Amino acid sequence: MIPPRRVLAAVAAGGAAGATARYAASLAWPAAEGEFPWTVFVVNVSGCALIGVLMVLTVETGRVTRPLVRPFLGVGVLGGFTTFSTYAADVSGLLVRQEVARAVAYMAGTAVAALLAVWGAAVLTRALVDRLPAGRPGGAA
Amino acid sequence: MNWLLVALGGAVGAPLRYLTDRAVQARHGAGLPYVFPWGTFTANAAGSLLLGLLTGAAVSGPAHHLLATGLCGALTTYSTFSYETLRLAETGRGFLATANVLASLLVGLGAVFLGVELMGGFGVS
Repeated sequence: MIPPRRVLAAVAAGGAAGATARYAASLAWPAAEGEFPWTVFVVNVSGCALIGVLMVLTVETGRVTRPLVRPFLGVGVLGGFTTFSTYAADVSGLLVRQEVARAVAYMAGTAVAALLAVWGAAVLTRALVDRLPAGRPGGAA
Repeated sequence: MNWLLVALGGAVGAPLRYLTDRAVQARHGAGLPYVFPWGTFTANAAGSLLLGLLTGAAVSGPAHHLLATGLCGALTTYSTFSYETLRLAETGRGFLATANVLASLLVGLGAVFLGVELMGGFGVS
């Protein structure tokens, strides 16, 4: 059993890395106010695809058994990378600007794309894992 | 400097979400894989409310990087929300999956508006 302090440290380190990566994306592809927030859209949808892969490898199939992988990569990095608050605030910002169609397209479009991404990634990863020989945790033969 | 503030906010926000999830799950039946994901729901609603408060207060500069981009960004999540929704749908809980999406979107959006209003409105004409 891992001490919670180590788990919390892994989550914190991952959260710092994920938030920083999201910030980097927002600087590389700045979104103009009133426009469709493509950067956060891509950040959220790609993060959802990656968590689909991660959860299949860790929780669902046990291919990856190192105990800090999920707290660090899942709760930390991907949780910090993707965001719900900025998404909700951008929707509200579009509504306040009377950009109702864009607000609805962004709100619903993100939800649909995110669910398709996590579903597709999970299904693909499960199929790939099934084709591989059984895992050997820790490299033991 | 901005990078450091975003990282610091993220380093606080993500563990806060983790602890919120654990605390809420402990109250609503941990270990049951099919229950409604109240933990993530709560973290997303709380983070959206906080971001609304910051927006209404017109917080900018270093504080915005630390609290809005870093803390609120990492306290809330789309990835866990989507995976939990997928699991509900795949385990025959289509109703809960749909409810999770609709409730998260409506409550998240409502929390932003509430936060902004509590601080005196958007301030844009």
